[in-house]
Amino acid sequence: MLVYILLRLLYTIPIALGVTVFVFALIHLSGDPMSAIVAPDATAEMVEQLKKSYGFDQPLPIQYLLWLTKALQGDFGNSIVNSRPVLDTLLAAVPNTLMLAGVATLIGFAFGCILGGLAGYYQGGIVDKIATGFGIAGVSIPHYWLGMVLVIIFAVELRWLPATGMGAGGSDAWQWDWEHIRFLILPAVTLSVIPCGIITRTVRSTVAEILNQEFVQALRAKGLWHGQVMRHVARNAAPTVLAVMGLQLGYLLGGSILVETVFNWPGTGYLLNDAIFRRDVPMLQGTILLLAMFFVALNLIVDIVQTWVDPRMRRS
Amino acid sequence: MRMPTTELAERSVMAGDGATMVDVSGLNVGFKNAKGLVRAVNGVDLQLKRGEVLALLGESGSGKSVTLRALIRLNPEHKSIVSGRIVVAGTDVTTLAPEAMQDFRGGVASMIFQDPGLALDPVYRVGDQIAETVMRHKKVSRQEARKRALELFERVRIPSPERRLDAYPHELSGGMRQRAMIALSLSCDPQVLLADEPTTALDATVQIQILLLLRELQRDLGLTVIFVTHDIGVAVEVADRIAVMYAGRIVETGPVAEVIRGARHPYTLGLLATRAHGGRLQGRRLRTIPGNPPDLASLPPGCPFAPRCSSVEARCREIEPPLVELGPAHRMRCVLGT
Repeated sequence: MLVYILLRLLYTIPIALGVTVFVFALIHLSGDPMSAIVAPDATAEMVEQLKKSYGFDQPLPIQYLLWLTKALQGDFGNSIVNSRPVLDTLLAAVPNTLMLAGVATLIGFAFGCILGGLAGYYQGGIVDKIATGFGIAGVSIPHYWLGMVLVIIFAVELRWLPATGMGAGGSDAWQWDWEHIRFLILPAVTLSVIPCGIITRTVRSTVAEILNQEFVQALRAKGLWHGQVMRHVARNAAPTVLAVMGLQLGYLLGGSILVETVFNWPGTGYLLNDAIFRRDVPMLQGTILLLAMFFVALNLIVDIVQTWVDPRMRRS
Repeated sequence: MRMPTTELAERSVMAGDGATMVDVSGLNVGFKNAKGLVRAVNGVDLQLKRGEVLALLGESGSGKSVTLRALIRLNPEHKSIVSGRIVVAGTDVTTLAPEAMQDFRGGVASMIFQDPGLALDPVYRVGDQIAETVMRHKKVSRQEARKRALELFERVRIPSPERRLDAYPHELSGGMRQRAMIALSLSCDPQVLLADEPTTALDATVQIQILLLLRELQRDLGLTVIFVTHDIGVAVEVADRIAVMYAGRIVETGPVAEVIRGARHPYTLGLLATRAHGGRLQGRRLRTIPGNPPDLASLPPGCPFAPRCSSVEARCREIEPPLVELGPAHRMRCVLGT
């Protein structure tokens, strides 16, 4: 088990390095990096000087190493738009995204397990068809569209919930009380629809597969109550479902760009969207790198937890 | 796995002196599927006295496992149609309420499965799986249930039992897993043991050990056992009586010695002829029964074995074969006896 964790950690290093190369390359892939900085009427001398100050006169590998050393120390440079350090802006946005993605994953996980469990148990029946239908709809509906529809219904028409933002005072004044949680509900529900659909499908197929295994019959043959049998089924389904849930959390961390934009939620997705439109390359790099690292770390955690939950893998 | 004649005779006399423990008559089990109704079991009668061991012998798909499962209503209820009388240990299984049925399973009648690698929950420790069953049926604490599990492991002779209680199924060998499964099935002192091909998935050498263990436990605990198998050698080894099944019917039944030496039904004779006799007939071709078992969704009229039978007559395809008494406890369903 320990060897496995160590190996798994080692595998992470090349993946993480690959990500940094890609993020670094973004500067050059998205056109001449100078064009965003240099004023159209700048003289050739001024351009040369700026190039030097940003380090663009060095060969690419050197530029990469310089950039990587700084990034590893948490220095992603300053935003081109407001000249503030990228890291500060990022650190303010990350908790908001974590909160939104975490709550959305929990909602998706809870409903996905219920729907998927019912569908797998009553496989082929009417309950299965309804739950599977929900699952497919959840995966297929574009969530920014759903977000707008929810805003129209619950914020504009019914006036039950606020449409956008994080409440008075923004993210600095956030508290876990109803006045603030109201703002979280619509974006979290919107964001939870995709993981809900995916977890529904995973749970359904896993439960159906486990129910077909002989040990379930054996559990019934030894007289266990229905609930006890279902507890065995849940324990057997747990590794697979947990893995899928972990990956979904990863997708939500990076994939909430559209939802955060629709709801004006001041998280990393919102930041990313803003940075793209303003061609704020350092900001873009910092955000993507951070989100990618989250994803890599989450994958690592999922793998380790999955191994630890399953005794067949833990003890070998 | 052949036994000396005297011991065979002795065993059939010894067993069956108590009350009737299993009384099945006119049992039909059908499964609904897209093709219609699959008639898996058609009019099976079984009577066992306390302490008797019956081997249900047949090919796969002959309905022997379905018959066994019907005794504790383990066949999927919403997909199957069951009719007939099933009384086990004085309890009418067909009318039992769901809760009472759960008390009955494992408590009065318990089951051993073919492949213990599939029948034990892979993510629970074997000791916990036994303790869980004990706690379910007897009002005991966790400690007592664990103690009972340890006793059982010693009883089925699992080496270093204490350590093995904490093992997961995949950490045990096939033979040890089946011993653990046997311990599990005996954990709540059942009166009737239903064994569904318990040695089929095991190595030949382990098979013998498990059979000997089962026979020993059966004698010591006075268990009534129905032993499903497709291996005549195994049936001879463990059983007092044999019932041969074909297409969901019992075609011949009787004491082991009589069925082995005095078989009359063409199917039983065919099965006996297909056996490999070690080195004795080396170089000779293995005999087989031509053809395949019938489609249970559309059984032909008359005797279901007629299409494969070497002594088939015209009337076999028209009338249901009658039940013929061949001896005090030896019966078959075939026109040949009339």
